[in-house]
Amino acid sequence: MSTRRIFAQPARYAAIAPYLWMVLFFLVPFGFVLKISLSQTAIAQPPYLPVFDFAEGWAAITAAFSQLSLDNFGLLASDSLYISSYLRSVVVAVISTLMLLLIGYPVAYGMARLPQRWQPIAMMLVIVPFWTSFLIRIYAWINILQHDGLLNKVLLALHVVSTPVVWLSTDTAMYIGIVYSYLPFMILPLYATLSKLDASLLEAAADLGASPRRAFWLVTFPLSLPGVGAGALLCFIPILGEFVIPDLLAGSGSMMIGQTLWLEFFTNKDWPVAAAAAVALLVLLVPPLVLYDRLQRRTLESAK
Amino acid sequence: MARQVNRMSAFNVTSLALGLAFLYLPIVILVIYSFNASRLVTVWGGWSLRWYFEFFNDRAMLDAAWMSLRVAAVSATIATLLGTLAAVGLARGERFRGRALFSGMLYAPLVMPEVISGLSLLLLFVALNAERGFWTVTIAHTTLTMCFVTVVVQSRLASLDRSLEEAAMDLGCNPVQAFIRVTLPLIVPAIAAGWMLAFTLSLDDVVIASFTTGPGSATLPIRIYSEVRLGVKPEINAICTMVIALIAVLIVIASLASKLSSTQGESAAPL
Repeated sequence: MSTRRIFAQPARYAAIAPYLWMVLFFLVPFGFVLKISLSQTAIAQPPYLPVFDFAEGWAAITAAFSQLSLDNFGLLASDSLYISSYLRSVVVAVISTLMLLLIGYPVAYGMARLPQRWQPIAMMLVIVPFWTSFLIRIYAWINILQHDGLLNKVLLALHVVSTPVVWLSTDTAMYIGIVYSYLPFMILPLYATLSKLDASLLEAAADLGASPRRAFWLVTFPLSLPGVGAGALLCFIPILGEFVIPDLLAGSGSMMIGQTLWLEFFTNKDWPVAAAAAVALLVLLVPPLVLYDRLQRRTLESAK
Repeated sequence: MARQVNRMSAFNVTSLALGLAFLYLPIVILVIYSFNASRLVTVWGGWSLRWYFEFFNDRAMLDAAWMSLRVAAVSATIATLLGTLAAVGLARGERFRGRALFSGMLYAPLVMPEVISGLSLLLLFVALNAERGFWTVTIAHTTLTMCFVTVVVQSRLASLDRSLEEAAMDLGCNPVQAFIRVTLPLIVPAIAAGWMLAFTLSLDDVVIASFTTGPGSATLPIRIYSEVRLGVKPEINAICTMVIALIAVLIVIASLASKLSSTQGESAAPL
């Protein structure tokens, strides 16, 4: 038996504790979400029916199953509030991801073209804001965007506008907040592919008469597409379920699905509908997650 | 002769500089305004530490900060332990039954919207009839952050030269001894970085904590969040600046520690 295989035995035992933890606190809770999304709303504490009573055995379980209903999903599918928040999540995620690509790509490109010794420093500078609290970074923008905030002061001083612009509680503010928060997630995968690009390919393109611009679109950009895909999905997926940024920066007019879930849970105390919204959000996440998984696999295989 | 490809154009430098300015300027402005003497957040009234004193007299905020620090320290420690074990299992366990499910469960929370994680854990706690407060938030944060620890430690383990472990075993160590004497010292920087990441993520979270905490035990982000919804307050600027300072100190310690251990590793290598 090889040393490697002898080593693997206790390594597998090491996984037992985290395995059990994740089953209990990650997998099982989803079962509860699913179950409660199928149950009736009730004015009770906790506010839902029915509750499994395992002590009563199988009869209780079958009785509970017979009470399950798809009413909450019917509500989600028929109420315009839910449909519009579902759609809005997708629209916001798509627009933000495109904006992130437009802003993140030049920055990542600039990083990859820095002299070698500067590159790790630039990477640190991009990562550090990710360590700074997310809530604090959003709050920093409220400081800047408020009615008599810095942005309006600068614009007024430069005579760009004559009266203060309303920034807070608008979609503009929300997009600024999202782009700001997710920029490192876009830059890092882009930088990872761009920095690995073989510079001699660009030299070859130049030798064959391509202008730098043409060389970029014919050589650099197509080769960076795996990074584009990874960065786009890394941003798109969490933005779909975003709550804090739209809640603090966007207006109260239309909500994203994460906000609807929050509202149903905390304000309306309608747990079954909140759980149904969570299931709907999960369903929305499946296609991009599958896509991301495929992309990662392909990148790993091509690296081998 | 190949034409020299221009590596650094003015466009590249400008876009990089603008990108970094965009990332840092809001934070810098927030820090500067936390030292503003004026009650109006937007009018500069000279330098002052007034809002810091205000915080230290605010009982509710102090309680929330203390709660957050405790949750962050305890959950980061459990998460580091579990996450490191998970990383060892994944990086060294070869193939085992349920491996795909295991890695799936560890990677999913990285992109899972917090509203879903929070809601699902709350429903579990309610079903278990657990009293909500310090421990429920700590368990919730541990579940989220151990996944980040796993990723950090696993990537370090994957880049490690496995012949070192094999040599130790050839020289008579059993696997556990080989791990403790050879592997563990080499991955300590990654474990420390994982703890740090778990700590800051826990200190940052408002959504999962809102779902899983109980009455009377708000964390600092929950309090900040409810204040921020009402508008900008100079005291919040001061609190945010202190959190940033705390995280900055942690990052400096982490990078110094990893530098120290990497130079030690180099000097030990020829022996």
